Amino acid sequence: MDPNQKYDPKLFERASRPEEDSSEVHDTGLTFWRDAWIQFRRNKAALLGLIVIGLIIFLAIFGPYFNSYGSDEQNMSRSNLPPKVPLLEKVSWLGMDGTDSRGVDQYEVKGIDENFWFGTDELGRDLWTRVWEGSRISLYIAFLAAGIDLIIGVIYGSVSAYYGGRVDNVMQRILEVLMGIPELILVILLIMLLQPGILSITLAMIITGWVGMARIVRGQVLKLKNQEFVLASRALGAKDNRLLMKHLIPNTMGPIIITTMFTVPVAIFTEAFLSFIGLGLQPPIASLGTLVNDGFKLLRIYPHLMVISSVVISLIMISFNIVGDGLRDALDPRMKR
Amino acid sequence: MSNILEVDNLHVSFDSYDGEIEAVRGVSLNLKKGETLAIVGESGSGKSVMCKSLMKLNPTGRLKDAKIMFEGKDIASMSEKQMRKIRGTKISMVFQDPMTSLNPTMPIGKQIIESMRYHDKITKTKAIERARELLRIVGITNVEQRMKEYPHQFSGGMRQRVVIAIALSCYPDILIADEPTTALDVTIQAQILDLLDELKDKFGMSIVFITHDLAVVSNIADRVAVMYAGKIVEVGKVEEIFKNPQHPYTWGLLGSIPTVDGKEEELMTIAGSPPNLLNIPQGDAFAKRNDYALEIDYVEHPPMFKVSDTHYAATWLLHEQAPKVERPEFNFLKKASSEESTDEPEVEEYSKDTILKVENLKIQFGSKENLVKAVDDITLDVKQGETLGIVGESGSGKSTLGRAILGLYKPTEGTVYYDGKDVNDGKGHKREDLAQQMQMIFQDPYSSINPRMTVADIIAEGLDIHKLAENPKQRMQRIQELLEEVGLNKEHANRYPHEFSGGQRQRVGIARALAVNPKFIIADEPISALDVSVQAQVINLLKKLQNTNNLTYMFITHDLSMARYISDRIGVMYQGKIVEMAKTDVLFSNPLHSYTKSLLSAIPLPDLEQQKTKRVVFDKEKYHSAEPLGRKLREVAPGHLVECTEKEFAHFKEIYK
Amino acid sequence: MKRYVISRIIFMLITLLIIISFTFFLMQTLPGSPFNDEQLSEFQREQMNERYGLNEPVPKQYLNYLTNLVKGDLGVSFQYDGRPVTGIIKERIGTSAVLGIQSLIFGTIIGLALGIIGALYHNTTIDYASIIIAVIGLSIPNFVFAGLLQYWVGVKLEWLPVAFWRGFEYTILPTIALSMFVIATVARYIRTEMIEVLSEDYMLTAKSKGLSRFTMIWRHGVRNSMIPIITIMGPLVVSLVTGTLIVEKIFSIPGLGDQFVDSILTNDYPVIMGVTIFYSALFIFVVFVVDLLYGVLDPRIRLSGGDK
Repeated sequence: MDPNQKYDPKLFERASRPEEDSSEVHDTGLTFWRDAWIQFRRNKAALLGLIVIGLIIFLAIFGPYFNSYGSDEQNMSRSNLPPKVPLLEKVSWLGMDGTDSRGVDQYEVKGIDENFWFGTDELGRDLWTRVWEGSRISLYIAFLAAGIDLIIGVIYGSVSAYYGGRVDNVMQRILEVLMGIPELILVILLIMLLQPGILSITLAMIITGWVGMARIVRGQVLKLKNQEFVLASRALGAKDNRLLMKHLIPNTMGPIIITTMFTVPVAIFTEAFLSFIGLGLQPPIASLGTLVNDGFKLLRIYPHLMVISSVVISLIMISFNIVGDGLRDALDPRMKR
Repeated sequence: MSNILEVDNLHVSFDSYDGEIEAVRGVSLNLKKGETLAIVGESGSGKSVMCKSLMKLNPTGRLKDAKIMFEGKDIASMSEKQMRKIRGTKISMVFQDPMTSLNPTMPIGKQIIESMRYHDKITKTKAIERARELLRIVGITNVEQRMKEYPHQFSGGMRQRVVIAIALSCYPDILIADEPTTALDVTIQAQILDLLDELKDKFGMSIVFITHDLAVVSNIADRVAVMYAGKIVEVGKVEEIFKNPQHPYTWGLLGSIPTVDGKEEELMTIAGSPPNLLNIPQGDAFAKRNDYALEIDYVEHPPMFKVSDTHYAATWLLHEQAPKVERPEFNFLKKASSEESTDEPEVEEYSKDTILKVENLKIQFGSKENLVKAVDDITLDVKQGETLGIVGESGSGKSTLGRAILGLYKPTEGTVYYDGKDVNDGKGHKREDLAQQMQMIFQDPYSSINPRMTVADIIAEGLDIHKLAENPKQRMQRIQELLEEVGLNKEHANRYPHEFSGGQRQRVGIARALAVNPKFIIADEPISALDVSVQAQVINLLKKLQNTNNLTYMFITHDLSMARYISDRIGVMYQGKIVEMAKTDVLFSNPLHSYTKSLLSAIPLPDLEQQKTKRVVFDKEKYHSAEPLGRKLREVAPGHLVECTEKEFAHFKEIYK
Repeated sequence: MKRYVISRIIFMLITLLIIISFTFFLMQTLPGSPFNDEQLSEFQREQMNERYGLNEPVPKQYLNYLTNLVKGDLGVSFQYDGRPVTGIIKERIGTSAVLGIQSLIFGTIIGLALGIIGALYHNTTIDYASIIIAVIGLSIPNFVFAGLLQYWVGVKLEWLPVAFWRGFEYTILPTIALSMFVIATVARYIRTEMIEVLSEDYMLTAKSKGLSRFTMIWRHGVRNSMIPIITIMGPLVVSLVTGTLIVEKIFSIPGLGDQFVDSILTNDYPVIMGVTIFYSALFIFVVFVVDLLYGVLDPRIRLSGGDK
């Protein structure tokens, strides 16, 4: 550019200032949650995980009604059928064509016209129905445990951190003792005491499960407690209740949600683990864990039993972990880069 | 003098989710052998990115069609391998925060010899010898021992000396110092500045000194380049920039420095805040904040106009067609003319009511073995309508004092009286009432407002707690009033904090404090986290509010010139104690305590003629060893209190006669 | 430092005492003792109770148990007709230890490599691959993984033995199955840690010194991200312990985990108690060692005397 270039003289008139400048804001029009949602959406894997979770929850609720078989409807004449799905049977490698591991079409051998999408077990029960009812129970236990963990953990952690001093000291010592016990061992002992059942398994998981949440919340509240906006609120005369409900807990929501997201797969795993070592739910109730366990016993002869339930349980675990990761990236600014 | 480095048309950009960020937009610059070039700019001006790209240190930044000529070769087109031969040996760098720029798990000796061994291929014994020598040069004693120590065993200033020793380890030709004193206390800052100046000659280097603080560079720079929104807007010799600045932005920066005598009514400000580099407007990025903007500023970015052989500025005001505008007068250039401005009736001030009284206040933290005396026996009073400045370096306990007065910390001992009644015994005042009388403005505009609440809810927090609004309509009305009072747009009540800039957030914090109509406000470093051009805005606002709302302030700060500007009286804090307290002009003209003297002598002043007067160095060890018991706060003259021993007291009295 | 160690040890002992008491009283209230067998006559039952000390009052039993415990006696098994629990643990622990340590070492090495590479190539395909491996390793339950591994590699492909414990090749599949979780946890942890360290100012200092990329990453990057890794050793050991319960059962390995599951199914209380206490003590000890080690490795903690 040439400094001596001539311009239209009009351009050298004093420009009028565009309104009061100090009040201009960087207009994003976003609340914290909408901003987090946009961050989250960018993570394609996490979005996929969320969709898979949605789909599995849908099937766990409505899946069993897609056909007319009951979960406990035994019929030895159709036992151990491999999966057969009308359209997918053309795709041979999927193993959805009704043939067993030796390539014999069991449906023809046994003269069965119906299709069992996931096959049947050794008592001739429809696996599709059983898998989704099992998922329902596993998810139910997991959500219940995660929900109660959340409530106890948030209360314990925030009280411990907020009141600090002696209260915190005593509450921390209790936590340390609980953390000193390997979690699964304690769960095993409790199940032996309580006898396996949906409530007892949930309860056993809660007894140790809330500790993690309590620690996270405590750490977060401790950090927030000395933030200037909390001091400002105290300076304005706010009482404990307001400080906790308006300032401390809302700002802890991110970590709380993330922790819950990771609690669900742990709970699902724990339930399945208990089934696997023989402390799981007793028949007729079936969960994903008991299905995997039953399938494992017949793995060499009828692999579909274990493969299908394993795939479902793994999908749930992977999805929750991915969504948890995605949420952490979206909600925890420390991880944002 | 020949050029050692020539930068031509440097562009640096980064990718972000929201698009390309142009951090540096066409910088051309040269560095002469043996000179100190200061690069001055606010946050987001691109100064730091620009200097890092001279060594290609930006991990993700893209250089675009630039030439960086050094020793006849173009750095911009060099490979990483070639760059390694330049980094550390020819050009080296000192970073802003000495707390984080050293490897925490490696002894400092190892960190120093590392690059010598790598580049100069010398034996370990030789390297160790050289490292010791370097450490001595940068002012570290007992080097044999200290070489084996880890960074966390050094104080901030000492660490920065270590970082400098590392940078010098291969005798570079150019030293780039990126805000090397910003994270340090003012007395330490002065020492580091002196050290750099001394080293420049000793090592025959050129220094590129990056800073946001114009006052800092006046004493050490040969030339100054002012950056704004990724461009250099003015460059020239230091005298040219300070005495004959041409760009309105430079005017604003210079204008917001308080005067030496601290008597002007209002500081000059630059409206608004630095631009968002994501979508830089057409034309001159500064136009919107420019009081002297011309129509053409909105159309085309001005080219560099030549003022003299060494002085260039990018403003259309220098174009021959431009109207002549008069440059504003700068506070700091006004000579302290009216020394005898003290004809105010002093007697009247003493008759004013005392609003706050602190008696023998002690605050202690930690366990018995690890006792921290944050506030150690402080007695003071604040009079109705005045501003009491509390000045101290980090860790002096000044913030703790403020918070304790407000009741945010329980005193270990001592009493705070507000309006003559004890605030803590539960009889004199109810806490709820007190919360409406005393309020606080906090330091960090980011952590001081809850990110999950709307601006309206933040401001109305006091109204909600004390049920001051009868209905939602009244509440909203009050919120809007407050927003306008602090210079924000009332339309923004329903926005969330993250949409606001630092300065705007600070205004929200002020509005929140004002909502309950307090009489007494403690401002805890309210401007230290803000950009220079925004600091003056907030200070002016506080002054205005003091007049309109009849407020009493306690202004806590580490910035002596701001304290001087805003305070009627100043108390100097050191290690939890007040060591000196006096009326502002008395304190500045006749400081008695050696700590106060050292603080005052360390203030960076934008004064070119100022001879490098011998800095007063405060001798901590001597202070702590000599008769610590007999020392207490004594009134040397009416209103002038100094912490001293009997002997010193007699001596000070002598001075006053 | 000394005081810190002593107070930690005291606290460890208290925790252990609480666990022991808890386990003991839990066992007391449990239903289904093997002596509730309907076929036993009243006399036989009396005799059994006499022999196992079950007819003493509970506080007496508790005290007995504690005194014996201090002497290293954890009682005798119900199942194996009077075999001391300590003996069972001693006999079985070797196998489990080999499996556990092998998995820990293998998993840590692979996990470190995966995580460091992921961090160095942050946000590239390599990074995504390492994340995917980590998420899968963390998500797929170990019994599913072990079962399928056994089925495909052992049964279908017949590459490796599917069960028992008779030499190195027998350890390969169980080790892989057990180390999946270790790999995933270590990889995730070091990746995050390393990404953080790489963005630290001192890495920029190292770069501005003109050091070679290798020196920079190894001396300043990896070292600083490795130190925090030992803090996850506690959780890892727990996962290995619980993992052995599963893996030993699936691969029919005669280890302590296998024994524990068997004892649970047969209500062999003394063994369950003994093994529970043993596992808890191991865990508490590991956490303690990790804390001490952290102090030794990180100069910032080491020199401030180890107080937290």
